[in-house]
Amino acid sequence: MPKLHVTTSVNGEPVEFLCEPYETMLDALRGQLGLTGSKEGCSSGDCGACSITLDGRLVCSCLMLAAEAEGHEIRTIEGMAKGEKLHPLQQKFLEHAALQCGICTSGMLVASEALLAKNSNPTEEEVRFWLAGNLCRCTGYDKIVRAVMETAAEMRETAR
Amino acid sequence: MNVVNNKWIGQRTIRPDGVDKVTGRAAFAADTTMPGMIWGKVLRSPHPHARIRSINTAKAEALPGVKAVVTSRDIVDFTIEKGAVMLGIQDMRWMCRNVMARDKALFPGHPVAAVAATTEAIAAEACKLIEVDYEVLPWAIEIDDAIKDGAPILHEFNKFDGKPSNIMGRIESKKGDIAQGFKDAEIVIERCFSTRPVHQGYIEPHACLISVAADGKTTIWSSSQGQFMVRAMTSMLTGIPQSDIRAIPAEIGGGFGGKTIVYLEPLATLLAKKSGRPVKMVMTREEVMRATGPTSGSKSTVKIGARKDGTIVAAHGSFYLQAGAFPGSPIRGAVGCSFAPYDIPHVLSEGFDVCSNRSKVAAYRAPGAPIGAYAVECVLDELAEALKMDPLALRLKNAAKEGTRAAHGPVFPRIGYIETLEAAQNHPHYAAPLGKYQGRGVASGFWFNAGGESSAQVNITEDGNVVVTTGHPDIGGSRAGIANICAELLGIDYKRVSVIIGDTQTVGFSNLTGGSRVLFASSMVVTQAADKVIATLRERAAKLWEIDPEAVKWENGAAHPVSPNAGQFEPLTLADLAEKAPSQGGPIGASVQLNTQGAEGGFGTHICDVEVDVDLGIVRVIRYTAVQDVGRAVHPSYVEGQLQGGVAQGIGWALNEEYIYNKDGKVDNPGFLDYRMPVCSDLPMLDCALVEVPNPKHPQGVKGVGEVPLVPVMAAVANAVHNALGRRFYSLPMSPPKVSAVLAAPTQQAAE
Repeated sequence: MPKLHVTTSVNGEPVEFLCEPYETMLDALRGQLGLTGSKEGCSSGDCGACSITLDGRLVCSCLMLAAEAEGHEIRTIEGMAKGEKLHPLQQKFLEHAALQCGICTSGMLVASEALLAKNSNPTEEEVRFWLAGNLCRCTGYDKIVRAVMETAAEMRETAR
Repeated sequence: MNVVNNKWIGQRTIRPDGVDKVTGRAAFAADTTMPGMIWGKVLRSPHPHARIRSINTAKAEALPGVKAVVTSRDIVDFTIEKGAVMLGIQDMRWMCRNVMARDKALFPGHPVAAVAATTEAIAAEACKLIEVDYEVLPWAIEIDDAIKDGAPILHEFNKFDGKPSNIMGRIESKKGDIAQGFKDAEIVIERCFSTRPVHQGYIEPHACLISVAADGKTTIWSSSQGQFMVRAMTSMLTGIPQSDIRAIPAEIGGGFGGKTIVYLEPLATLLAKKSGRPVKMVMTREEVMRATGPTSGSKSTVKIGARKDGTIVAAHGSFYLQAGAFPGSPIRGAVGCSFAPYDIPHVLSEGFDVCSNRSKVAAYRAPGAPIGAYAVECVLDELAEALKMDPLALRLKNAAKEGTRAAHGPVFPRIGYIETLEAAQNHPHYAAPLGKYQGRGVASGFWFNAGGESSAQVNITEDGNVVVTTGHPDIGGSRAGIANICAELLGIDYKRVSVIIGDTQTVGFSNLTGGSRVLFASSMVVTQAADKVIATLRERAAKLWEIDPEAVKWENGAAHPVSPNAGQFEPLTLADLAEKAPSQGGPIGASVQLNTQGAEGGFGTHICDVEVDVDLGIVRVIRYTAVQDVGRAVHPSYVEGQLQGGVAQGIGWALNEEYIYNKDGKVDNPGFLDYRMPVCSDLPMLDCALVEVPNPKHPQGVKGVGEVPLVPVMAAVANAVHNALGRRFYSLPMSPPKVSAVLAAPTQQAAE
């Protein structure tokens, strides 16, 4: 079977690539598109290290076929900062030391941004359940949850 | 202590590698490619125990796209008869057989052959074409099955008590005479415990990318806890001299001890050498679960005798730990650490290293110590209950302190164990009210910590900034600690210090990132290198001012005359002196290589609250406080991070994590869905109380902090569950089915 031709948008830029029918979106991002910020921890949708958004919806890119990107909008960790300016979540993760090894960090940030887009004032419980699909083995989640809560508070303040 | 002011040490600075890691820019092992790169895959044994009669790779080699196939024939053999060849704590006789089975496959997942092909799919297809003729043998996985009479023997050469055995060795720590000690006791409690194997659970699977040039010059890009370990093991297993192997440490996505040995690198090197192409290998999560790590499952018996006033007079522990396919379970940690927090006159602590048909264990955070502490700290809880004593008061009464000789040998210098107990007693958590089905438990723990070889270079750039190169992969933020210390010593802004991890051919030998040694050891060499740089800077200023170097001091990032008597000169900053360097003697920098000494052990005391859902058998940790003597918190956030991370792993070990085997002897839960590590919604905030009793043998007072936090956790959780339910559990994990079964059993029976 010949490769499939996919036309999509990644981080606001038009993108075309060829892929095998069985290849995942994560394979295409990390391979053909050279965007290795999304990580492969399990390839079964359990660890969340490959989290991206598809038309604003949080998905595990290891569970999505690359061909499914056709005509949709993909956002990845590489699109989170605006030039030199970090997203407030990225800045807060640094200030709170909400990462150790950093392998889960891309997915955590993408998932957290998706949460705050839906809910600007999440409770601790809401943050914890939203991020339950993103495994971190280093931090015990404490500083991650604090960073997300504090970012949400600051973004609400700024939006006022 | 040569640091008196504290502008940077103790500050929560932004880590040097932080922006790379929040933007996806950091390059981990699987993130790199090379021109002409092909893919390697491993064929693994489906059997727990089988003799390999023959391997035929002809069909695989004939498949279009296949570029190389390797088997054990290609790997340097360290024969058993010739005796141990040690690299650190690893015997290369076992390493060569672990990376590729030789005469026998010893666990499901044991590599049997490896293939490199132009695509991953072709490599996987080729693996299926390799014909292996196995003679399937009986197998044993659990300790009881491996040590019973007539058990299938993994290593026929081994004898224990004169008979063929899977017990590969025994060690002991001894002090006094336990027979006498137990005679002195007025109360004796003896209990048996078991724990299941648990995996380190790093989120990044093992991966490497390796290129071998026609002249043998080899470049390894991989994720490990030590690029020098990777170089040495790869060299020994492939025959390529170390001087020809450049091992570059990629950013590492978690290790916890599990990346202190090689799995893929020797195979990828041989495939790259044979094919003449760069070879990339990345494990799947299933391969990680089946063939790497975990730590031992265990069976322990602990007996403690005390006087009625709570004075512990005797202790006996025996710890059987699964080593997996090859000898080397962490019995030293179980034996040495379990009783170390206590001043006990009569101690016998013994460990047995048991081989069985599962993957060879790898180090996991304070290897062995959590297993031993689980048993000891649970017995202490029963002892406190029997004596009607507060469990922290019982520990305080018997606490090790300066001058106490531990059973494993050392006499403790000034240590902070008592301080952790007092801090726990005084913590508001310890007095907080509890509700129905809620309970509180405490436990303590000890880890040896480690020093050893480290190297560093401190170079002043031409524009007057600083580049520090060390040789230790940074897993948890050690670069931030080094930058804090270097900025402090040189008296400059933290942002002017860049810290990088050198590869094997650009920085001096540095031992593993492990043993909680990295900040301890690397800050020692960085301190000495910075001192040398400062000496050079003072000499340069003295020469320019035409005064004696002794009359120049380094302060706030500049040379100053020590006093007006020395002369009146405008300060010369780092930038001034860097600019003048070419005409004043050349580049400014220093490198230091040391075998560091003086890493003193660490102690922690934890308080855990749980709530039990008695209908579902689910135990939830609802509040947790970890108190630890951390020496000096150079970067408090990353110190807290170590405590919190260790606690989370311990909660997983206590409540859910375990390897489950099916009837064919294979791991039945080789993925994150069924191997249940704590997720965000499982945990509460994890509070930390940092006690700082500086290490007198370290320039900044640093003690290792990374491993102690896992040691007390399982006992703290188990003691809390007992406090909530009035029932004791003697085996881990305390998962919902087990909790439900105990709750459904009559009280009398459950308490047995």
